[in-house]
Amino acid sequence: MKSNWWKILSVVLLVYTIIAGLLTGVPRLNIVNETIRALYFHVPMWFGMVVLFLTSAIYAIRHLRNPSFKNDLYSVEFANAGIVYGILGIVTGMIWANYAWGSPWHGDPKQTGAAIALLVYLAYFVLRSSVSNQEQGARLSAAYNIFAFVAMVPLIFIIPRMTSSMHPGNGGNPGFNTYDLDSRMRLVFYPAVIGWILLGVWITTLRIRIKMAEEKINQIEDEKTH
Amino acid sequence: MKKLTRLLALSFFLLFTTNLMAQDAEMADEMRANGKIYVLVAIILVIFAGLIAFLVLTDRKVSKLEKRLEK
Repeated sequence: MKSNWWKILSVVLLVYTIIAGLLTGVPRLNIVNETIRALYFHVPMWFGMVVLFLTSAIYAIRHLRNPSFKNDLYSVEFANAGIVYGILGIVTGMIWANYAWGSPWHGDPKQTGAAIALLVYLAYFVLRSSVSNQEQGARLSAAYNIFAFVAMVPLIFIIPRMTSSMHPGNGGNPGFNTYDLDSRMRLVFYPAVIGWILLGVWITTLRIRIKMAEEKINQIEDEKTH
Repeated sequence: MKKLTRLLALSFFLLFTTNLMAQDAEMADEMRANGKIYVLVAIILVIFAGLIAFLVLTDRKVSKLEKRLEK
């Protein structure tokens, strides 16, 4: 229970996010209106995804330097959780785009970039499952994982900013910088990001622990048969 | 010092203009006034609490499994 403080912190921050996110004041802006509150829910999905994918890439590097079941498992499970966050980010983005832009899939550079980035990561799982040799597959996918992370960052964070994206904060549109004037939103946004990231890490560690237990059971069974 | 005052003046100006621009934006003021927003907050909190409780129970189950495997 001692090492669980961050799980409690995550729940506390997210309860605060839900309450303060819906109740506290926000700037009164046209077009976005109340949907400005998506900043507390949609944007943290992408922040969370980047943190989870970064952790995955770090474990991929560790696996290449020091191949082990544990490094590979961590890398895969963090990528899994990152994909979930990314899909949630894209789906919530589509709901918002339908309201603000008129159609769920607008072909905006931000949407296209995010979709390509997710496909790059989906290919990671295809690659993993297509190599029958487990050790070789783990090493190949670890190398691909690093490339996927390096490709994801410009696709989501740089290209949409250089083109005429309509996404808030891109292509000359007001984004978080204009909300910076509003310290009320910062007070909810930062805790929200931390809370959602920690929740993603919690779910990931749970999946890792289940897989580790499974591996231990396999080892015990192997010892029995030999 | 001159830079700082200029920056301060600019930020005050920006604060003022964004407030002016934003006056006519339509917000859910009525929903807040009649308190229905609290219904929404309660619904989301209950769903969130339920999911977290489920997550905590799963976490405990895994911990028990790990303890059994250690023996």
